[in-house]
Amino acid sequence: MAGPLNWFSQVGSITKFGLLSIPQRRGAVAATILGVAGVVAVLIGVLSIAAGFRRAMAASGAADSAVVLRSGADSEMVSGFSREETRLIADAPGVARNARGPLASAELFVIINLPKRSTGTDTNLPLRGVEGAAVEVRDQVKFVAGRMFEPGKNEVIVGLGAARETAGIEVGANIKVGRESWPVVGIFSAGGGIAESEIWTDAKVLQDAYHRGDSFQSVYVRLASPGAFQQFKDALTANPRLSVKAERQSEYYAEQSTLLTTLITTLGIGIAALMAVGAVFGALNTMYSAVAARTREIATLRALGFGRGAVVVALMIESLVLALAGGAVGAGLAYVAFNNFRAATMNWQSFSQVTFAFAVTPRLLVQGVIWATLIGLVGGLLPAIRAARLPIAAALREL
Amino acid sequence: MSENQANGGPLVRLDGVEKVFHRGTEEIRVLSELHLEVAEGEFLALMGPSGSGKSTLLNLIGGLDHPTKGTVTIAGERIDRMSDRALSGWRARHIGFVFQLYNLMPTLSAERNVELPLLLTHLGKAERRQHVATALAMVGLAHRAKYFPRTLSGGEQQRVGIARGIVTDPTLLLCDEPTGDLDRKAGDEVLNLLQALNREQGKTIIMVTHDPHASARASRTVHLDKGQLGDEPAK
Ligand SMILES: Nc1ncnc2c1ncn2[C@@H]1O[C@H](COP(=O)(O)OP(=O)(O)OP(=O)(O)O)[C@@H](O)[C@H]1O
Ligand SMILES: [Mg+2]
Repeated sequence: MAGPLNWFSQVGSITKFGLLSIPQRRGAVAATILGVAGVVAVLIGVLSIAAGFRRAMAASGAADSAVVLRSGADSEMVSGFSREETRLIADAPGVARNARGPLASAELFVIINLPKRSTGTDTNLPLRGVEGAAVEVRDQVKFVAGRMFEPGKNEVIVGLGAARETAGIEVGANIKVGRESWPVVGIFSAGGGIAESEIWTDAKVLQDAYHRGDSFQSVYVRLASPGAFQQFKDALTANPRLSVKAERQSEYYAEQSTLLTTLITTLGIGIAALMAVGAVFGALNTMYSAVAARTREIATLRALGFGRGAVVVALMIESLVLALAGGAVGAGLAYVAFNNFRAATMNWQSFSQVTFAFAVTPRLLVQGVIWATLIGLVGGLLPAIRAARLPIAAALREL
Repeated sequence: MSENQANGGPLVRLDGVEKVFHRGTEEIRVLSELHLEVAEGEFLALMGPSGSGKSTLLNLIGGLDHPTKGTVTIAGERIDRMSDRALSGWRARHIGFVFQLYNLMPTLSAERNVELPLLLTHLGKAERRQHVATALAMVGLAHRAKYFPRTLSGGEQQRVGIARGIVTDPTLLLCDEPTGDLDRKAGDEVLNLLQALNREQGKTIIMVTHDPHASARASRTVHLDKGQLGDEPAK
């Protein structure tokens, strides 16, 4: 009886005929490949938005940093502290210190409107009041132009993403907010994190400009080590004068991004699924016509003794090869078109604009390949079964 | 070969074979109560009017179809109730087919076409190449080994088809109108070849044909008409 080796060579040779006959069917084959490529490109393209957004949010928080909000607040918007409270938080055990004191920045922020560089229409930007330690609390902050604002002056520094998206921002320019004019003295990067989407100024100056008294909304701290978080958190919880919640920055930002990433992911998968249905029909059609065009060939092979199973597997492989070719094209297109594509979007949890880069991650590429595989398998199965079921004698009569 | 031949029995034996096709509600009785014996080493010509069931009969002998009734015994083995899977393997081991329209794979060269049935054996690459070369030499086409079917004449294509049919040294060579699409000269070459295979190699051949000129080459001719076989054409 036929052994497994023999069986593989059967599958191999039938597959070879199929693939060799592709040039004769290039129209349908190209349509199938493009159909699958479209699905995969859209899938990866849309999901790269979510991945990029998530990555920007994740880049915002180092493992050894924490953010403290009033308990019950799930964003800075609804949190509030007195200066007294912020000092207690900064002095808690677990907070890193340097010569100037604890690495903690009590912050507040307001949302301002500035025109977009691209359209000229207004967009929301966070104007954040920070303390001097802010740049040390966020370890990736680097000045790409200019310098740090001087405490007590209404100078601002602008994140790279915000500067890129907003009209007329450069060192030496002025930002007009209400009746006040704020000179831009520096542009900074923050490792692609969310701080890049913000404009910073001295906390005290912002409190005065916006009549906030001596109140803050959050405290950002650098911990002595990633492991010091628990100690820090427990100390805050145990302090009867505080009613706050502390989170690692990484967790805080991940939470802040879930709404948007979930929405984008759902949308992306939804659109891709609809397109995939179309692509499956495309593949079905191509494979049915491949079987029809090769009816006599398949019947001849069967007459020579090639098995039914080998015919099914070979046609499935052919369908898979076409789908994977489509998947590769789609993934390549998505990578070229979307990876590092810069965008700005509204973060609905803070009602302000976030700039980030689309990220075509290896995981997304794998996901694209999996979709292509499924389309190939589903599209190839029925035609393959039809081919295997061909009554040989009747099929040989066909010319 | 098998016990059957050892007993001196026929290589091919059909008993009470009936074949009914269904087309919609219509029943087409193509063969009924048919008996046939073919001895090893015979070259049998199977003649009959178009639609008389010659191809149907050949397909039953070759294990491409199941009879509605009756038994088909080839080399001592009952094949009429074999499963599809068992029949595939059986065909690979016992039957060589030669088709009217050659049925070569257009994307494969002559030698690759001839090699196809060998992929179903346990032969290694070198042995396969050896067998292919021998078969192509036997049909006089060694110099066309690398040619693709579309670059060969009809007669040459059919000779490649015959090489493919004999490359595994099958028990039985079945030819369905092998000269039906060829002119007289090419047809004669094919018939010469079949005759030589029968006479010199002792190959048992059953050939369906319309052409008395072709059947004259056979060692015996049977006529199929109204579902039955006779030695003489029906009037
Ligand atoms: N799979 C099938 N389904 C239905 N009818 C069939 C089938 N195969 C053959 N027939 C019918 O059976 C009859 C015999 O067909 P067959 O092909 O065996 O004839 P034949 O003698 O080979 O004819 P020809 O000389 O034209 O090749 C015909 O009427 C044909 O229409
Ligand atoms: Mg016929």
